Amino acid sequence: MTELNIPTMAELLAKEKEPEILFWVGCAGSFDDRAKKITKDFCKILNAVGIEFAILGQEEACTGDPARRAGNEFLFQMMALQNITTLNGYNIKKIVTTCPHCFNTLKNEYPELGGNYEVVHHSQLLQELIDSGKLKMQGGGTFKGKKITFHDSCYLGRANGIYEAPRAVLQQLDADLVEMKRCKTKGLCCGAGGAQMFKEEEKGEQRINQLRTIDMMESGAEVVAAACPFCMTMLSDGLKEKEHQAEVLDLAEIIVSQNQL
Amino acid sequence: MLVCFQPPIRMLTSIAQKFKISAIFETRINGIYSILIAQIIFIILLLVTGFLFFRKAKEIYQNIQLGRAATLNNTGGVKNMLLLALGQKKMFQNMLPAVMHGFIYVAFIITQIELLEIFADGVLGEHRLFLKSFGDGFKGFYTFIISFIEILSVLALIATFVFLARRNLLKVPRLVMPEMNGWPKLDANLILIWEIWLVVHIFLMNGADAALHPDKYNFAISANFVAPLLSGFSDGTLQFLERWGWWGHIIGVLAFLVYIPYSKHLHIILAFPNAYFLDEKPAGKVDNMPTITNEVKAMFDPTFTPEPVTDTNGTTQKFGAKDATDLTWKNLLDAYSCTECGRCTAACPANQTGKLLSPRKVMMDTRDRIDEIGKGMQKEGKDFEDGKALLGNYISNEEIMACTSCNACVQECPVTINPLDIILQLRRYQILEAAQSSEEWNVMFNNIENNQAPWQFSPMDRDKWRTEI
Repeated sequence: MTELNIPTMAELLAKEKEPEILFWVGCAGSFDDRAKKITKDFCKILNAVGIEFAILGQEEACTGDPARRAGNEFLFQMMALQNITTLNGYNIKKIVTTCPHCFNTLKNEYPELGGNYEVVHHSQLLQELIDSGKLKMQGGGTFKGKKITFHDSCYLGRANGIYEAPRAVLQQLDADLVEMKRCKTKGLCCGAGGAQMFKEEEKGEQRINQLRTIDMMESGAEVVAAACPFCMTMLSDGLKEKEHQAEVLDLAEIIVSQNQL
Repeated sequence: MLVCFQPPIRMLTSIAQKFKISAIFETRINGIYSILIAQIIFIILLLVTGFLFFRKAKEIYQNIQLGRAATLNNTGGVKNMLLLALGQKKMFQNMLPAVMHGFIYVAFIITQIELLEIFADGVLGEHRLFLKSFGDGFKGFYTFIISFIEILSVLALIATFVFLARRNLLKVPRLVMPEMNGWPKLDANLILIWEIWLVVHIFLMNGADAALHPDKYNFAISANFVAPLLSGFSDGTLQFLERWGWWGHIIGVLAFLVYIPYSKHLHIILAFPNAYFLDEKPAGKVDNMPTITNEVKAMFDPTFTPEPVTDTNGTTQKFGAKDATDLTWKNLLDAYSCTECGRCTAACPANQTGKLLSPRKVMMDTRDRIDEIGKGMQKEGKDFEDGKALLGNYISNEEIMACTSCNACVQECPVTINPLDIILQLRRYQILEAAQSSEEWNVMFNNIENNQAPWQFSPMDRDKWRTEI
């Protein structure tokens, strides 16, 4: 494997270069072990197709999404204005992110605070790369004939109407794409949104990811594709608890594995 | 089977004769004097029920105005009104209820033609004025229209029984949840029973007319299925039954008109403005708070002069919402538009896993609270204060803390209500005004503030993953 090229904006600026796109890594993508693997895999894809990108590195900060959903508007706006200053300082035009929460906030909530960028989720960029022929999926491989299902992240699906891009990516595999009984607009939340990720669930009969685990198991899928780091945690935990053998993989991981990048 | 309908009809007739009230009904045969009495009674009924309806409607309008200004940037307007309210687009996510509801809805809309004639007849002391005024050449078309209405009415009647069964026998889960106990359950059943009343009376009216004048009135259902039931009766009885049907129907309609604004059934009206004012922003976007933007900007840059934030009534806006009056008027319109169908709650992941949160209850609570405030203000004026609030007395902290902001409730609502918007405003109040945060969230807030991430990692390590490859 060749050395990955992941420059920061500051490093590029020193070389008087501008990237095509900024990769917004997000907090989970930067710190969570499972999500870090997805971050690296996505970078491998970007390198492989030759997209000039950069990250903010240590200049990146939480978008403020969990703060805003928890009701802490003050903290949200502090984070938003700080990030917008950074992004505008680098004259950022286009952003890609692997996190639907970052995606939603950057795309929908930063404009009225002065941050106007073209923001895409990595599922959209991957679909674009496939459509334009820049990213070709190899035939056969580990996913051949396997049942794969896609779990819609609320912040990608209902919040932003992105249902087809991730599925279009999965359709490139020689796999058997199945749907869970609740999917797309009717997709069931993993339980992490609205800042629930950072607290215990309220009293109830079961946890939300336990309910979603039943959906995953009933689908008969051997691979559950996800496109959100929080869903990733919730779904993996749910399956682990049931000692179910199905694997949860991000779209980027699936592509890297299929193309052996 | 047909015979079993005759005893109750005979009973009605004998009651009417006993109390000599038939004189009022038999206006057409007893000459001009009783026609006049009937007209006067009808017009008084119309005025009284109209007044009662508009008085309550005005009260609701004023209650909605108690909300603060809403920032609606991209309303769908007439297009959404046609698609979502008139076209019921979102109902079709669920076919059986959609078709059944469609029967009642279409029957209701088309019946307005016959109702218009009934109104005209009532005011002018006429009988089937439309047929009379357009002459015999119009008869075929008139028969077609009334027959069409009759067929739709039968479908509506079937749907009504299906709905009664779903609520009371099959007990469809979303229709029998805890917040439906008491008045909401009775309200729903009353509306359905009312529906049966209206349809039965219109068939009695048309059937008696068809039995009296088989040559003149040949309506699809009443001439073929109702008139044969009544064939044994004298002309006088048939005339009485026709009047009974006419008055029974119109009194039912007018009473329903008065009842609607007190009931969840108000959605038949408010679904239209609610769709009109729907803001077509991406569902994931949370409304901005410009006052806070100003504060944060001033904090970053002491020389910053804030743009004045325009507020509703010149009152200082709270951070977030504690009571129903802190919500926007659109939130309150949402609340009055809710018909308590529970699709939101059935789709809510928190509710499905046994948490207290029910988006439908959030809407019902909001409506009940603003109603209570409105009534209080009527009695005690603008300064009304009862020491209660939406948050605390109606909706608990535990309920709003269970929300995952997944937008399933928003997605499901056929009349485009947004319970999530209210939940987030209540959360804002808890954090920004009441400082009532959970310990875990406080940790998260501190981490974001100090470490730029919700977890306790050093910001210096943010790009450490690059070296771990």
